[in-house]
Amino acid sequence: MIKAILIFNNHGKPRLIRFYQYFAEDMQQQIIRETFHLVSKRDDNVCNFLEGGSLIGGSDYKLIYRHYATLYFVFCVDSSESELGILDLIQVFVETLDKCFENVCELDLIFHMDKVHYILQEVVMGGMVLETNMNEIVAQVELQTRMEKSEGGLSAAPARAVSAVKNMNLPEIPRNINIGDINIKVPNLSPF
Amino acid sequence: MSDVVEKTLIALPSLLSLDSQLGAGKLSSTSKLGNLIRSITELTSKHEEEKLIKKELTALKEQVSSPNTTSRQMKEIMVRAIYCEMLGYEASFSYIHAIKLAQQGNGLEKRVGYLAVCLFLNESHDLLLLLVNTVLKDLQSTNLIDVCMALTVVSQIFPKDMIPAVLPLVEDKLTHSKEIIRRKAVLALYKFYLIAPNQVQHIHDKFRKALCDKDPGVMTASLHIYFQMIKENPDGFRELTASLVAILKQVVGGKLPVEFNYHSVPAPWLQIKLLRMLALLGKEDQSTSEMMFEVLDESLRRAELNHNITYAILFECVKTIYTIHPKSELLEKAAKCIGRFVLSPKINLKYLGLKALTYVVQQDPNLALQHQMTIIECLDHPDPIIKRETLELLYRITNGQNVSVIVQKMLDFLQQSKHGHTTIVLVGKVAELAEKYPFTHIAVVSVPIRLCTYAPDNGWFIQTMNTVFSLGGDDMQPEVPNNFLRLLAEGFDSAEEDRQLRLYAVDSYLSLLQTDTCHLPQRFLQVMSWVLGEFSFLKADLEPGLVLSRLASLLDQDLVTTETKSWVLAAMCKLCGGVVGEGVAGQVAAQFGGSLNTTLRQQAQELHVLSLDQALRSRVLPPHTSWDGLEVDSSLSFLDGFVSDALAQGAAPYKPPHQRQEELSQEKVLNLEPYGLALPVSLSTCSLMDRQSPTGFSLSSGLSGNSAELPHKGGSLKMDGVKRVWGKEGYLPQKEAAEEAPAMPSPPVPLTYRVAAARTRRWTPWPAPRPLGPDQEKQQLASSLFVGLGPQNQLCLLGKPDVAPQRFRRKTRPQDPEGGSDWLSVSSHSSHSTMDSLLDSSPTPLGEELNTTALLGEELNTAGFLREEPNAISPLGEGLNTADPMGEDPNTTRSLRETANGTTHLGEGLNAAGPLGEEPNPVSPQGKEPNTASPMGEEPNTASSQGPEDTLAFWSRAEGETEAPEASTMATDQPPTQADRLTPPPCATAELLEPHGSELLSLASDGSVDLSARKLYKGAALELQLYIRNTSSDQLQHVSLQLRSAELQVLDSPNQSFPLLGDHGAVTSRHSVVMETPLVQAIVGGAVTYHTQSGSANELGFSLRLTLADFLRPLPLSTEDYGKLWLSFNHDVKQNLQLLLDKEDPLSATLNILKEKLQFHLVEIIGTEGILACQLLPGHPCLLHCHAHSGTLTVWLRSPVPDLPDCLLYHCQRVLQER
Repeated sequence: MIKAILIFNNHGKPRLIRFYQYFAEDMQQQIIRETFHLVSKRDDNVCNFLEGGSLIGGSDYKLIYRHYATLYFVFCVDSSESELGILDLIQVFVETLDKCFENVCELDLIFHMDKVHYILQEVVMGGMVLETNMNEIVAQVELQTRMEKSEGGLSAAPARAVSAVKNMNLPEIPRNINIGDINIKVPNLSPF
Repeated sequence: MSDVVEKTLIALPSLLSLDSQLGAGKLSSTSKLGNLIRSITELTSKHEEEKLIKKELTALKEQVSSPNTTSRQMKEIMVRAIYCEMLGYEASFSYIHAIKLAQQGNGLEKRVGYLAVCLFLNESHDLLLLLVNTVLKDLQSTNLIDVCMALTVVSQIFPKDMIPAVLPLVEDKLTHSKEIIRRKAVLALYKFYLIAPNQVQHIHDKFRKALCDKDPGVMTASLHIYFQMIKENPDGFRELTASLVAILKQVVGGKLPVEFNYHSVPAPWLQIKLLRMLALLGKEDQSTSEMMFEVLDESLRRAELNHNITYAILFECVKTIYTIHPKSELLEKAAKCIGRFVLSPKINLKYLGLKALTYVVQQDPNLALQHQMTIIECLDHPDPIIKRETLELLYRITNGQNVSVIVQKMLDFLQQSKHGHTTIVLVGKVAELAEKYPFTHIAVVSVPIRLCTYAPDNGWFIQTMNTVFSLGGDDMQPEVPNNFLRLLAEGFDSAEEDRQLRLYAVDSYLSLLQTDTCHLPQRFLQVMSWVLGEFSFLKADLEPGLVLSRLASLLDQDLVTTETKSWVLAAMCKLCGGVVGEGVAGQVAAQFGGSLNTTLRQQAQELHVLSLDQALRSRVLPPHTSWDGLEVDSSLSFLDGFVSDALAQGAAPYKPPHQRQEELSQEKVLNLEPYGLALPVSLSTCSLMDRQSPTGFSLSSGLSGNSAELPHKGGSLKMDGVKRVWGKEGYLPQKEAAEEAPAMPSPPVPLTYRVAAARTRRWTPWPAPRPLGPDQEKQQLASSLFVGLGPQNQLCLLGKPDVAPQRFRRKTRPQDPEGGSDWLSVSSHSSHSTMDSLLDSSPTPLGEELNTTALLGEELNTAGFLREEPNAISPLGEGLNTADPMGEDPNTTRSLRETANGTTHLGEGLNAAGPLGEEPNPVSPQGKEPNTASPMGEEPNTASSQGPEDTLAFWSRAEGETEAPEASTMATDQPPTQADRLTPPPCATAELLEPHGSELLSLASDGSVDLSARKLYKGAALELQLYIRNTSSDQLQHVSLQLRSAELQVLDSPNQSFPLLGDHGAVTSRHSVVMETPLVQAIVGGAVTYHTQSGSANELGFSLRLTLADFLRPLPLSTEDYGKLWLSFNHDVKQNLQLLLDKEDPLSATLNILKEKLQFHLVEIIGTEGILACQLLPGHPCLLHCHAHSGTLTVWLRSPVPDLPDCLLYHCQRVLQER
């Protein structure tokens, strides 16, 4: 399983982070720092695998990374993933980004962080590889973008009007969220 | 940095113009994000960034709470919040709005909302409950994109409790017409399987359908689930092999559509996954493996293209080939492949090549020999990762002959690398190797003399450990110093050797302390002070005050921590005799008399008192005693009187921390009560019904509200806590375990690398380096590294793959329940507690006891020697070993025993024990020809199979006898005591029947050895009896058995060896296994290695599946105790199960089935409710409360152990389904 995907630049500035296993916020930042520290020290002519970080999962944990110009793409995986397979998955991901952004560069990742996330969601879902076929990934993302376009053009105005009306009483909203029709256990109401 | 800014500025207009077509609202928002990013890029310090983000967050907070914010703006705000969170700043105020956006937004806004939720929240976040309804709605939506988004969020984060709510909808999606939806649904179900396997149990057939889906993508997704399930239980899915092989064959053959190709390789990731699954399935299963030989060959052949991804496939292929049942033709090809990896100039491939070598080297040491020059080169590789992998490889091929070279290489690496985690791991490995071969001497005579200079010695061991301690720093695993000290304290066979080793350590530490110590890690100083305190008496010519003054100088240093000072003081207490001691002690006492640290102050005071009172000192800390038999009263029973006095005077009883916490949380529940009552009536009663306490089921009929139960839990609860800690019942399980352990026969342990002869050789320094050419140097290094590899030494290699390190082979002591790592801390304080009790003027003869036990320890040594060195070729050893299976094969063993007969008294004694074991079998003394049909195999469960047990029971008792105090001399005392024991006591048969066992399970067999096992459900552990039967007509030599398990704890030594196994003979080995952490099932694996008469070494691997049910034992409780216990357990699980159809009493029928199958104790059945109790070995209780209503059985399980209820529930479900 893929535990985390980290993208940061040569200075260690995070550009995209996605954890598939829960870590507390400060732990996440620590992982990013440690990973950057490990990866940035390495020349480009050494191998793309690293082992034995102490933060995620201990010995059953590998870092597989690629360095493109100003960016590091790092996948933290456990032993059930194939090293070379993940290495090529990174390549697929980057090529897909390139296709979607046309000559992708760091700035694209900064300004369209959400879009990068959507592309990633089509490649990796919940820590498992979902799709490795670039064309398929692009097609899925484009399908969503088309929805975006149609909304922006045709239905933008009414939608905005509706949402404006909806949000008139905004502070009230949390209480109105309807959870009545499914069986929600009231948490921590033990009878003792 | 500035050019980045510039680029940003240039890029901005184009970005803006691109976005402007999406509507006017978007423009300002993008520029806001742009502004934020731009200003962040301009910043130079972290501090400024922090200030800026804080400002941004405040602005965002204002905006989100403003009623005028549209969802379109909200969407943009979310992106900014995501950005801030990514930089590590919390934007928790936006979480609720993210959920709201996901719920209320249209398409795109919803997408941002879901994304933000995924990034912000985690599975246990409370707000996630609010998302459930949205997910439900979207799963039912007709819009495909909504469904996709909902499935994505479900597979990323979803609360475990809420799975039942969405499960049916996700299941439906498995039949959706769109393949992308089906695929995502499969992955979502996989996620459910991971977090709550019980909940998706019923849809396994749907997984099967997904595997057969016409779309390869869906099939690929379903492999994730199957991979996981196969990993957990390969036996359950062997029938899948054919399908998987067929799939792989088609993929490899290019039957998939072209769009699945990646660099013209058909679906490489799919191939990798399939190969991994095949490896799991084919492991240790010949027939399954045979099915895949062909396709593996095909895969190897096809993967000829020179792209990265083909190497990925090749690598998996090779691993699979080496994992499954071997086929020589394939192995040859795989070995060639490994060569391609290792010799590749590409560094990634080289790395994987080394990994593959590491993986296969245990099976095929020749391969390492083939590539030895490459390996040597890799040792000097500039990439530390390659270097480390090489060291890992060397670590696997370490034997007694090359250990010092390899350890030296590892230490060199350690000196260069400063990376924390690597250091910790490697330090552990070096220590392990050093302890494994502390002074191994070359056993093989034919080894050239030159190599002897490398042979380690006492000095080498101590020096290596010194380097380890100083390099390892304070981060190293605590086991390293603990094990080292334990090794020193317990010593080896020869007293002389022990003396030498300790003396060397004392010498080396004294000289180290003379130098500057401030750079040494604290752990090292602690080790030093302990060793000096304990063993400096060995050095005869030592000036009495010298050690004391050196130690005292440590106390003055500022860098030395309090903990270390405490160790130093403890050491000084042991040494403080004489006039000099008085002086130093006085100084120290003065120095620490005013210390703020009470521990130090107390210890200094004790030191002072002890130095003045010589008699007291020799009583409290008797000099020159051995460590064996030192007993620590962990239950603090000597305080019982004090406690009861205090209680009688009205002191508050002690409560363990967990109970205090429990009560606190209960108080919380009380505080919440008004809110609970404020809920609508229907809801509150419903939730109360669900959570009824079994303790209250007498009240339950009339239960109307929370308050009814409050008085019930008042006073009785507190008394309960006291009872459990101090009373007799509470400690029973632990005491039982402690008593049980020494009764186990300590099995003989292999001594592969040792010769029995006495040895004392000083450490010889490395040969002076002669000027050599670099190649020559490497050649020499190679010959020293790879010595001992190759066919003639295969035993050494096969002898140790993955075996848990056997550090203390020489003295197997009864397993102490504390486990090894705690031992040191206990022992370091033990003198302390002894002293406390003395100072408290409660005169216990502890000191005397210590002396006796020390004496005993020496006797143990003699006894242990006989028992533990079966390799020493003596008729006695033979007699011992063959005596084991007496009941199984009377003919063979009898003849063997006759050879042993008369040689020693012990042999006689054993012989006398023989008839007992044979009783159930027809004895035919004249039948000298081998009896092929072992009665055991035929009637595994009848009385005759009890034979071996019977004998063994006696055997173990006889062994216990050798450890008993009165056995002062083996040869004289032993026979009579044994003879006494030989009259079969009347209770023998009853005792035999008591621990019932499973049927005989055949584990593995090959041409000459047949291996079978029996599970024996003993009270304190699950005992595995492994029967190794020689089915050939040749003698087998050096038979050794190794047992390992990643998940279970094998209590006694997991390794056994038998020097000789006669034709058609059999031996038994017994192992106690417990399950420390609850698992649904776990595997014990292992291997039998043996040498045939022709000299070839063989290995027979096996694995045995054990389920949680094997480790369950009834927990006898009264209803009242049950009620008290129930409240103190805090992990619970509740589920509805099927009630058995029984006309008269479905509840008791169901409970009796559970009781019978899972060994529950049925506490009581009242009306429609029943309570049961059981314990998981070793001693984790679990309570069940069952309530039958309208055809279902609501089961509520509680335990103090986190996963136990879950796992147990799984088995309950299984049992009831099987009916």
